[in-house]
Amino acid sequence: MNLTLRIWRQTGPEDKGRMVTYPVPDVSPDMSFLEMLDVLNERLILDGEEPVAFDHDCREGICGACSLMINGEAHGPQRGTTACQLHMRQFSDGETIDIEPWRARAFPVVKDLVVNRNAFDKIIAAGGYVTAPTGSAPEAHSTPVAKEDADAAFSAAACIGCGACVAACPNGSGMLFTAAKVTQLSLLPQGQPERYTRVIGMVDAHDEAGFGGCTNIGECSSACPKGIPLNTIGRLNRDYLKATTKRAGTPGS
Amino acid sequence: MAVTGILLVLFLIVHMLGNLKIFTGETSFDHYAHWLRDLGTPLLPTTWYLWIQRAVLTVAVLAHIGAATVLAVRARAARPVAYAHRRKIHVNYAARTMRWGGVIILLFVIYHILDLTTGHLNPQGDAANPYGNVVADFAPERWYVTLFYTLAIVTLGFHLRHGAFSAFRSLGQQTPKGERRARAAALVFAVVLCAGYLVVPFAVLTGLVA
Repeated sequence: MNLTLRIWRQTGPEDKGRMVTYPVPDVSPDMSFLEMLDVLNERLILDGEEPVAFDHDCREGICGACSLMINGEAHGPQRGTTACQLHMRQFSDGETIDIEPWRARAFPVVKDLVVNRNAFDKIIAAGGYVTAPTGSAPEAHSTPVAKEDADAAFSAAACIGCGACVAACPNGSGMLFTAAKVTQLSLLPQGQPERYTRVIGMVDAHDEAGFGGCTNIGECSSACPKGIPLNTIGRLNRDYLKATTKRAGTPGS
Repeated sequence: MAVTGILLVLFLIVHMLGNLKIFTGETSFDHYAHWLRDLGTPLLPTTWYLWIQRAVLTVAVLAHIGAATVLAVRARAARPVAYAHRRKIHVNYAARTMRWGGVIILLFVIYHILDLTTGHLNPQGDAANPYGNVVADFAPERWYVTLFYTLAIVTLGFHLRHGAFSAFRSLGQQTPKGERRARAAALVFAVVLCAGYLVVPFAVLTGLVA
């Protein structure tokens, strides 16, 4: 297949950036999207041009490094798939494909298609962990967990922190990520002691990072490569309401 | 958003039920309208209850707009550079028209108060005869009033469809099954409220109420 790519090029954080057109001939439909970009970059290097910078790591759809807005959709047209697992057979010969970085104030562009997602680390640092050392994996029956809770916690824990929810959200909100990281712990016994300080800390860190507010549209969940359900945000809301009304959770009271 | 929205929704329900009294005849409807002024007496002086309700609703509307403005400003600030190519994957017309829909509803409410509360924009504008004001307002030759009213109510319906679901969610609705129920309840509520409001002008238009 022969494709035309329109790629966001930006030399650094201070550069204004622009869309640049590159023709890419002889693309195999069996290539992954990132392999197709590798082919383009090899040619750019041979031609003495600067290759296109993009984030990638495992290329197995589990690390959350890839972050491409492809034709206006986070991770491209295939649902439940990261950009690295997207194959060129999803596109047709002669197509023009627009590739942009995630767009959010909290995710400043580092170079070309690479954005800085430290804002997510700040949200995690504000409470997305269990303080007590829990040791190695305990015997499964020593702490019983209801099947429904385990399933819901697991579906939240599937979040790979790629940032597609923020990229897709019309409000630029990171609430699906925050909700996934809050509820994967709040549904399990190990997460209970810090349950209510965690949710306040993480929502505050989310707002401080410059993300927008959630208005329950649902674009995040549709764009999520791991299919984190929208009702995860409802779990976060309930914990947040409880935390703000629960005086017993305040230290010293 | 959710708390002020719920206050406004409670008013919308009572207001719709009051409107439907138009089908019980002129005397009954006018009596209802006058009773609203006497509500709360003798505990409160005449019209005091009405003014208290108006004050509460005004505060709710302002707080609702205030919260919406904060969300809109944050959303704009959160994405300083727009996408060159943007495609929506989640079809949710109601959710995406909340802001402009809200502006349309606000403009309608201002017009509606000048029309049927103060009577300035009403062809009759007789405070003693609300039934006559409604009939004169939606007369067939004033079809454009009915058209604007219909558009505003349909906009309100969309606003309520997403707003009602969103209120459930904001107040802690958290299971997938509950989400399906909340969405269904919001849709049924929006349709019933739209129908309840639209039946009055169309009854006047078709001569059912004269």
